[in-house]
Amino acid sequence: MENNKISCEALAKVKAICSAHNNDAGELINILHETQNTLGYLPHEVQSLVAECLGVPATRVNGVVSFYAFFTEKPKGKHPISVCLGTACYVRGSEKVLDEVKKVLGIEVGETTPDGRFSLDCLRCVGACGLAPVMTIDGKVYGNVDPKNVKKILESDEYKD
Amino acid sequence: MKVQSIEDLKKIKEESASSLKLREEGFQVSGEETCGLEKGTEHIQVLTCGGTGCKASESAAIAGNMIACLKEFGVVDKVDVITTGCFGFCEKGPIVKILPDNTFYTKVKPEDAAEIIKEHVIGGRRVERLLYVDPETNASVSDSKHMNFYRKQVRIALRNCGLIDPENIREYIARDGYSALADCLLGKTPAEVIDIVKRSGLRGRGGAGFPTGNKWEFASKSVSDIKYVVCNADEGDPGAFMDRSIMEGDPNSILEAMAICGYAIGAKYGLIYVRAEYPLAIHRLQTALTQARELGLLGDNILGTGFSFDITIRYGAGAFVCGEETALIHSMEGKRGEPTLKPPFPAVEGYRKYPTNVNNVETWANIPVIFQKGPEWFASIGTEKSKGTKVFALAGKINNVGLIEVPMGTTLREVIYEIGGGIKDGKQFKAVQTGGPSGGCLTEKHLDIPIDYESLTAAGSMMGSGGMIVMDEDNCMVQVARFYLGFIVEESCGKCSPCRIGNKRMLEILDRIVAGKGTVEDLDTLENLAKVIKDTALCGLGQTSPNPVLSTLANFRDEYMEHVVEKKCRAKQCTSMLDYVIDPDKCIGCHLCAKNCPVGAITGELKGKHVIDPAKCIKCGTCMGNCRLKAITLK
Repeated sequence: MENNKISCEALAKVKAICSAHNNDAGELINILHETQNTLGYLPHEVQSLVAECLGVPATRVNGVVSFYAFFTEKPKGKHPISVCLGTACYVRGSEKVLDEVKKVLGIEVGETTPDGRFSLDCLRCVGACGLAPVMTIDGKVYGNVDPKNVKKILESDEYKD
Repeated sequence: MKVQSIEDLKKIKEESASSLKLREEGFQVSGEETCGLEKGTEHIQVLTCGGTGCKASESAAIAGNMIACLKEFGVVDKVDVITTGCFGFCEKGPIVKILPDNTFYTKVKPEDAAEIIKEHVIGGRRVERLLYVDPETNASVSDSKHMNFYRKQVRIALRNCGLIDPENIREYIARDGYSALADCLLGKTPAEVIDIVKRSGLRGRGGAGFPTGNKWEFASKSVSDIKYVVCNADEGDPGAFMDRSIMEGDPNSILEAMAICGYAIGAKYGLIYVRAEYPLAIHRLQTALTQARELGLLGDNILGTGFSFDITIRYGAGAFVCGEETALIHSMEGKRGEPTLKPPFPAVEGYRKYPTNVNNVETWANIPVIFQKGPEWFASIGTEKSKGTKVFALAGKINNVGLIEVPMGTTLREVIYEIGGGIKDGKQFKAVQTGGPSGGCLTEKHLDIPIDYESLTAAGSMMGSGGMIVMDEDNCMVQVARFYLGFIVEESCGKCSPCRIGNKRMLEILDRIVAGKGTVEDLDTLENLAKVIKDTALCGLGQTSPNPVLSTLANFRDEYMEHVVEKKCRAKQCTSMLDYVIDPDKCIGCHLCAKNCPVGAITGELKGKHVIDPAKCIKCGTCMGNCRLKAITLK
């Protein structure tokens, strides 16, 4: 279990999401999407609550959360970074971009910087293949990224706080 | 207002026709003449691309700046600024197109908007610096019809992309939208509808190429009060974005086709399973659904015929295996997206155990046109067994990256060299990968085979959903195989052991090979394992997962041999097999490399020649990044 307790207010929101979907277990993925949109991530406590509302074992909920790449059990950084490792980006050198981001931030994929500013993930294709290699920060797409410019992008004023 | 009859539909078509006339003519006539308001042109339309690629390059700001500028000059009522779907030529985006003269501006920035309005729209003078320059002739081309990228294309599935405003159903209706649905509901029996789809020869565009009409027939023969029609929009193949473009550029074509299928197989409910990673596509689908319901083209008693059909959207959550139809159905039921054995086929037992027909986005987009123009017309395009066109996402080391649609039977050479404009930076072509992680890499000797389901499979690859990634001499084929296998290992659902364990073992062998520790025996082990996985895996993902390894082993065995015998990588991608070397002619002895080397592998006096000790070097590349004279190379 996580150290940081989830507030009662947040838990009430989760219950409301479940009941808006008639506590139907068939709606589990939609419920998890909405919950993650509201809370930012899906800690075990929340997964247990969803299971309780839907009347299914907590393992079933956790099985779904851990199966799909879109769901995360850890809170993301303030500015989530995703480096595209789709084929088009890969053949144009996105692995080198990823290595540079790891080097500059000192974190691995799936981790968050100790100050909570950045978290790093990979994704498979945002569909901006004409701009390959591509990375996104806060959903903003950076195209034709040269590893040499990664440090400059990460140090820009937009991501100072 | 609700559309109650075919006359109501015609009325909407006529009301919106004038707005579309300019655009439809622009796509047909040769518009090399420049025209502007000062030169007497009465009405002008400016189209900006609102697809994900161009939006990432601020196309929304371009449209905004243009409208502001038009207001400033007081001509806003004479010019329409319309946001369309993807034009396809993503390499040159953001794209702005001006009608009636059909001028095609490329790589437009928000700050160019005012100049385009002042110069072109008002003054009638083209902004030369934003025109497309043909790389062969170095001449600028203003009309997209005259660009090599578009000349060989035949746009059926993409017929409305880059032409209509996807958030305005009336523009879709003006392009004969929903006329096929009306025609089926009012004049055809379900059996006749299925017969037309069968006669068209349309095959599934999601990968396997199963005949669509037959699939519908199976579902229609299942007896049940409740049936489902599903659109598979879980486009997971990395580097393929044709489904996203269709959803973003022409969402109503999917809705209309699903309703036609609902009528044909006796289903009242439709579901679209779309990736959560496609927020814009989801937004456009939702908008289209709302508008279609408002007009009564979805919902109860459509066109007063008693037929009811409605569609809801289900979200994926990032799992490649969910493109497989049984896995997709489980995911829609709120479960882990694990596939199950067929039979039972979804046509018999699908979503919530009811008969279900699943087709892919591009397949759906072809359906309305088949009814508008007839199955014989559709069957006249393409090859003997593969009818119609196929959309490809052309990407990688190629000059013209983008979305293209060509008749089946077009050769890979035509696609890569004529439409694609050849290899980037004048490099040597090495391979083209089709079919995504389930496909294979084809070489120079395959360039003249016609693109159709059978030919690609015979050559050791497959059609797949339509990703087409071009590779050049700088791509190491062992690394490419490792890349795809890495993807598969990450995406394997883990249910069956051949896929879960076998692919992991194959990846470990490839890791060894690129680290310079491979042996000749490893190649045989790879081949054996690959064949076992192909024969024994549970679903389509597992059965096709060894394809990238098998096809690279077959076509690039010499490159594998170099890696395991000589410990060499000709593409210079496997750094463990390379040595960093300082060119004594270029080194000026600035000592920067030695100062930054983390292991002290570089020696040399200040202003003297420096050398790297390969025994100490850990191949981190820091020296190369620091050398301002580019004296350090990999050899």
